[in-house]
Amino acid sequence: MIQFQNVTKRFGDFTAIDDLTIGIYEKEFFALLGPSGCGKTTMMRMLAGFETPTEGSIYLAGQDMAPVPPNKRATNMMFQSYALFPHLSIWENIAFGLKREGMAKPQISDRVNEMLRLTRLEKFASRKPHQISGGQRQRVALARSLAKKPKLLLLDEPLGALDKKLRQDTQFELMDIQEKTGTTFVIVTHDQEEAMTVASRVAVMDNGRIIQVATPDRIYETPNSVYVADFIGEVNIIDGIATPNGEESYSVAWKDGQAPLNVKSPSSFSDGQSCHLAIRPEKVTINAEKPTGADNVVEGKILDIAYLGNLSTYHVELPSGAVIKAQSANTRRISRRAFTWEDTVWLSWTATAGVLLAA
Amino acid sequence: MMRRFTLIAIPYLWLLALFLVPFVIVFKISLSDVALARPPYTPHFDWATGIWAFLSELDFENFVFLTQDDLYWKAYLSSLKIAAISTLLTLLVGYPMAYAMARAPQEWRATLMMLVILPFWTSFLIRVYAWMGILSNEGFLNQFLLWTGVISEPLTILNTNTAVYIGIVYTYLPFMILPIYAALERLDESLIEAAEDLGCSRLSAFWLVTIPLSKTGIIAGCFLVFIPVLGEFVIPSLLGGSDTLMIGKVLWEEFFSNRDWPVASAVAVVLLLLLIIPIVLFQRNQQKQQEAEQ
Amino acid sequence: MKRMSWFNTVSLTLGFAFLYVPMLILVIYSFNESKLVTVWAGFSTKWYGELMQNEAFLSAAWVTIKVAVISSTIATVLGTMAAYVLVRGGRFMGRTLFSGMIYAPLVMPEVITGLSLLLLFIGIGLDRGVLTIVLAHTTFSMCYVSVVVSSRLVTFDRSLEEAALDLGCSPSEAFRLVTLPIIAPAVISGWLLAFTLSLDDLVIASFTSGPAATTLPIKIYSAVRLGVSPEINALSTLMIAIVTIGVLTASLVNKRQIVRQQREEKEAGRN
Repeated sequence: MIQFQNVTKRFGDFTAIDDLTIGIYEKEFFALLGPSGCGKTTMMRMLAGFETPTEGSIYLAGQDMAPVPPNKRATNMMFQSYALFPHLSIWENIAFGLKREGMAKPQISDRVNEMLRLTRLEKFASRKPHQISGGQRQRVALARSLAKKPKLLLLDEPLGALDKKLRQDTQFELMDIQEKTGTTFVIVTHDQEEAMTVASRVAVMDNGRIIQVATPDRIYETPNSVYVADFIGEVNIIDGIATPNGEESYSVAWKDGQAPLNVKSPSSFSDGQSCHLAIRPEKVTINAEKPTGADNVVEGKILDIAYLGNLSTYHVELPSGAVIKAQSANTRRISRRAFTWEDTVWLSWTATAGVLLAA
Repeated sequence: MMRRFTLIAIPYLWLLALFLVPFVIVFKISLSDVALARPPYTPHFDWATGIWAFLSELDFENFVFLTQDDLYWKAYLSSLKIAAISTLLTLLVGYPMAYAMARAPQEWRATLMMLVILPFWTSFLIRVYAWMGILSNEGFLNQFLLWTGVISEPLTILNTNTAVYIGIVYTYLPFMILPIYAALERLDESLIEAAEDLGCSRLSAFWLVTIPLSKTGIIAGCFLVFIPVLGEFVIPSLLGGSDTLMIGKVLWEEFFSNRDWPVASAVAVVLLLLLIIPIVLFQRNQQKQQEAEQ
Repeated sequence: MKRMSWFNTVSLTLGFAFLYVPMLILVIYSFNESKLVTVWAGFSTKWYGELMQNEAFLSAAWVTIKVAVISSTIATVLGTMAAYVLVRGGRFMGRTLFSGMIYAPLVMPEVITGLSLLLLFIGIGLDRGVLTIVLAHTTFSMCYVSVVVSSRLVTFDRSLEEAALDLGCSPSEAFRLVTLPIIAPAVISGWLLAFTLSLDDLVIASFTSGPAATTLPIKIYSAVRLGVSPEINALSTLMIAIVTIGVLTASLVNKRQIVRQQREEKEAGRN
């Protein structure tokens, strides 16, 4: 539905968006994920019409959006600060956009009440924004931006101001509302967990470029670069040199004095090409005794244990000095744990556990 | 405890003696009669005859006189009119300036602010005086207009109400700009964007969001101009003409020229009563603003 | 990054022209050779020379400065006390009346304040002169000082005082060693405000001054009522110059302090 075509945006010398081409489909929940300053907010503001591309063009349903001012666009935005009008009641805030359309009074009333129901705010209709809680404000902002039935809803860090518990509840609420209304949602966030939870597709951005666009599970399981692997969740990165030793299978030579690692990879590497192996800690198994039949086994000493309640992350130092993180579920009580600091342990993982990435 | 008592007592007594007591005296004299004596009014309080004899000689004669001589109520009405019109004019000049200052790049704002405040530190009298040279018949404004050919005869501006309006707008402009600027600077830019996003044009976003949200600043600025202008003396006396009636000027003349102290005091008491309403409204507005900030 | 719209640029340009052109004209014509104030007849500083010869102006200026220094100093002490009482004093008898008396003079027309004080001075038989002007000026300017100081005191972190008391200061030591240094900028600007208000005041001084003491504004007013004169232009220019230099210096000092503080905070942050 939306097409960015070679879009570049510069502010003076600073390039916020660099030659970006991407499509967003109808009715999807699309997340722009990246650190602050990566250009994700600029992209969103271009969609809303507050910025115009320096080069390239943006199409919404096939129409070039450049000459359309923000107030004439079929997009609505939910602001990071919510931008609720402090002098208007909740009801008037939600009705604001409808009144601008010149909708008849009874229809406005119906629509506002419908939105209040959808966001469970009926009780607060006559309150002013400063008389309700943060979570309620967030829902008012959502109701206000959805009231005009936009084709596209833009959400700028919509949950940034909420505390963690409330944020999780609201994420599911957002997904629910997105499904009910069938609106295309584009969300901007720097919180990878949030993006993974709510979005059907995630675009990871850095320095004005999109690094990878894929579904959350593909982003996590098969990142296309060290940057993406590192940005999303925890990861061990092992540098090495690849040598093909079978179909889609490589032997990776890494630290001196260690046996090469066996890795399967769908992307091909030439003989002697340097590469990075990215392995998630939860895919590394930790054992007190040397396991047999594993594709890769290394020996090390426990340096640190981070106890997270349901999980524990073990920082294991190998003889070469490298540290590999392994995660395991705490299925037993902590006092029965088989190993503790300074213990010698064995780490193992399968050939398909990691992703082999080009350097 | 003793220390706390002194700390409270000193400024308290000072204000009682030099602010409250004088008012009681003004009120008392406003009820007295004019007399050819020093001080020129009767009765004087005398312990010998007692308080009731003293009180029995006080009356509202001076206030009755104020209602009979149409000079006074005309002066009150014309003061109100001049104050209202000049407040509106100051708002019309001040709002765009405050708006532009609040929208100016961050690094300029401190400088612009200083440029607004600077005239406030220079003598009020001098700022009014500056306009005398500009507005007189052979003044710079007339010279300029004659030179450009807009007019062929010099305009009479000095010693008219127009000159008074110009003088008031000029001297009270900072009082209007500062509260409005403070309100506009606090205004979150994303509110304007939200309004545009929801279908407002630039202009309707201004009417529906910017103006209502700077309302407390506008009200504060208007009162800060209106209240002092009502009792203004210097501007009407230097820039206004003999037909410019303002109550501050009347009071001054009543006191210094006619030496009618009781009537002057009565004029002052009525002016004070007139001021109570806007002062109370102003106070309310300030309180509301403070509550909103919390 | 953001550029000003033409509308904003125009309104600022016109607005500041309106504020400054009259004063500029005044300054330029103070250097006029001719006695006729609206006709330019060449550059001259002779009016400044004549001003310096004018005994009446000089003595009035001296009285004005004396009154301003004394009254603003007393007003600062009293105003700071009043602010402290208002913000930290807690509840006491007649608190509402007290705060009312602090705020009322700010909105009181000068003619009324002047008249009432004059009637008081006559009532108690006090001869009008420097003393009565000082009393009058102190009274209204202490209210301004107290407003300026109390707005600073409100934002002042009370726990700093409590820490001082906890570390063994007596209440007056805590005030002198902790509170006063922190609110000092507000106290100083309160003094400056009181000083300018006193320098500037015509109406109240006219009521409360006697034949023995005439202030500069009274002198200027009686001269100006007769029309524009180049001597007054010269005097005005001097006063504008002094104020401008004063305000610019103060704001530069202030700015440098802020810059230094920011730099130090930045360095501290890096370490």
